[in-house]
Amino acid sequence: MVGTGGNGLARPSCTMLNNLSDTSSAFPVKLSLVSASLFLGLFFFLPLILVFGVSLASRGLYGGITWIATWENYQRVFDPLVGVIFFRSLFLAGLTTFICAVVGFPLAYCLARASRHWQLILLTLVMIPFWTNFLVRTYAWVLILRADGILNSLLIRLGLLDEPLSLLFTDLSVFVGLVYGYLPFMVLPLVVAIERISPQLEDAAFDLYASMGGMFRHVLLPLSIPGFLAGGVLVFIPSLGAFITPYLLGGGQNMMLGTFIQQEFLVARDWPFGSALSFGLMGTVLLLWFLLGRTSVEKDPS
Amino acid sequence: MNESVVLDKVIKTHGLVRAVDHVSLAIQSGEFFSILGPSGSGKTTILRLIAGLDRPDQGDIVIQQRVVTLDPPHKRPVNMVFQHYALFPHLSVFENVAFGLQMKGERQANIQKAVSHMLALVRLQGKEKRLPGQLSGGEQQRVALARALVNRPVVLLLDEPLAALDQQLRQEMQGELKRLQREVKATFICVTHQQDEALMLSDRIAVMQGGKLLQVGTPQEIYDHPVSSTVAQFIGLSNVLSGTIASYEGGLCRVEHEVLSPVMVMGSPHDTLQGAVTVVVRPERVHVSADMSVKGYDNMLQAIVHQVAFSGNEVVYHVRLRDEAIWMARVPIAEAQSSPLAVGQPVYVQWWAQEGMVLPAHPAPC
Repeated sequence: MVGTGGNGLARPSCTMLNNLSDTSSAFPVKLSLVSASLFLGLFFFLPLILVFGVSLASRGLYGGITWIATWENYQRVFDPLVGVIFFRSLFLAGLTTFICAVVGFPLAYCLARASRHWQLILLTLVMIPFWTNFLVRTYAWVLILRADGILNSLLIRLGLLDEPLSLLFTDLSVFVGLVYGYLPFMVLPLVVAIERISPQLEDAAFDLYASMGGMFRHVLLPLSIPGFLAGGVLVFIPSLGAFITPYLLGGGQNMMLGTFIQQEFLVARDWPFGSALSFGLMGTVLLLWFLLGRTSVEKDPS
Repeated sequence: MNESVVLDKVIKTHGLVRAVDHVSLAIQSGEFFSILGPSGSGKTTILRLIAGLDRPDQGDIVIQQRVVTLDPPHKRPVNMVFQHYALFPHLSVFENVAFGLQMKGERQANIQKAVSHMLALVRLQGKEKRLPGQLSGGEQQRVALARALVNRPVVLLLDEPLAALDQQLRQEMQGELKRLQREVKATFICVTHQQDEALMLSDRIAVMQGGKLLQVGTPQEIYDHPVSSTVAQFIGLSNVLSGTIASYEGGLCRVEHEVLSPVMVMGSPHDTLQGAVTVVVRPERVHVSADMSVKGYDNMLQAIVHQVAFSGNEVVYHVRLRDEAIWMARVPIAEAQSSPLAVGQPVYVQWWAQEGMVLPAHPAPC
């Protein structure tokens, strides 16, 4: 179970290609392959190559790019200051993923076990925030968290606080924003995973003397791992590179990698360093992905 | 013999449906008890109520003289073999079987011993490390049995235990179930919709429909003396004829039919039967021949051969009566070969009065 989840994650394109080549009508398959490759090449690899090229260039005197090849940008990636931002990002993204998993699991369980009718309603409720722009939704958190915001005024009016807490522009506010933003990406894969676990397995566990906790630990949790893996990837990677949330809710001090890269491009106008940072981030993600794939393959008994 | 499981006027409603409707049952300890009924008759709900996976709306459940109605599953000396087995797909055969003992907090050494012993009993040695997905249907079935029996339950509940197996494996497992029951000496309660399975395995059978118990008895009793035509049709093949009681004469009862000639069945006016009734005759009791028999059977109906089916040691004739009803007659192969009948041939269907059963058309609940 674990292994198949990991393999599926690590090599999705492989199985897709195999499936495609199995179909008998070769011509449309070839056509779609060619168009897919063209699309990917044009809109994914070409920009990637461009950014890589820029990351090897130097910054001009007034911004802009001077085409003098150098490794200097990559050396700067290992600057201690970048390290602080990097590890804060890693920590916040990791914590976000963990909390999304903890908060998301009960929700996903209810969704997966609800009747068809309720499932539709609940899924719609989960999806509704997507109908609003992410920026607007993040601004809403500014209104809630700031010193004279909704939360503080409520707490003061209830007499629980004398003066407002400074919630905005802290790691906490960034973290809250990230969890809020990426929770659905954890919930949806978990729903799929839990739906595939027969409720009879829960009955069987109870019949075999398991308590609620025992059933969860020995049956539900291990069988949900594919969902946790898929959801974890979908939450961890975007929160590692997130820039709107840390920018709006973290202010200037609590930068994350995404904000830092964005600032290098738009504020410091150092495109080569920004590009090198982007590649550093991508490298980290690929490395983690690879490690994840490795551990799941090792657990595979077959 | 004492009672192992008692259900006392149990009611369970799912939404608007009465899944179990005033069911009272007493199952003896050591008994192989089958609950037989069509799907949706509430038989699986009864198992879940005994296991504690569902709670009754009303009534009580007693296991070994102890009221367990409100006890959770893990406080009942009962284990279940689920339909489709519900083996844990991420655990090995050994871990599956050890699950219950582990949850109970048994010592590791004891678990090791008990599981090995159990796997030997169901003949699965050497497959401890396999995952359920790597086993055949029959092996999965045996893991499910071992996983339940290793906990030494007083009562083993089986939900359609053989339904997922093919014909040959099913017969093998029937013998296996009987053998296991003798060895572990537990009460087996088995739910099935296969009447031959129930007849072959059970000490006693309960027939259910629509959440109600229709009849409880030994296979022989239910086969020979069904309380209603529903039960008769559910247990064994039956030929059915609806009519009204016209009169009683000399220990016989005369039933008249709209189209067919009247039939005689054993019965006396002391029976409470009146008005609309159903006459049931088992296919092996019916005699079919081209000419009127000299034996002087009590009943005779005219028919036309509709279909002839060979099944190894016997021939099953499907004949069409004058009211378009199809009846069946099972004839030993030797007899059928000595005087063969062809499709379309007019025949006489004959049987003795004592071989028919007269049953109320609308059964009273038992």
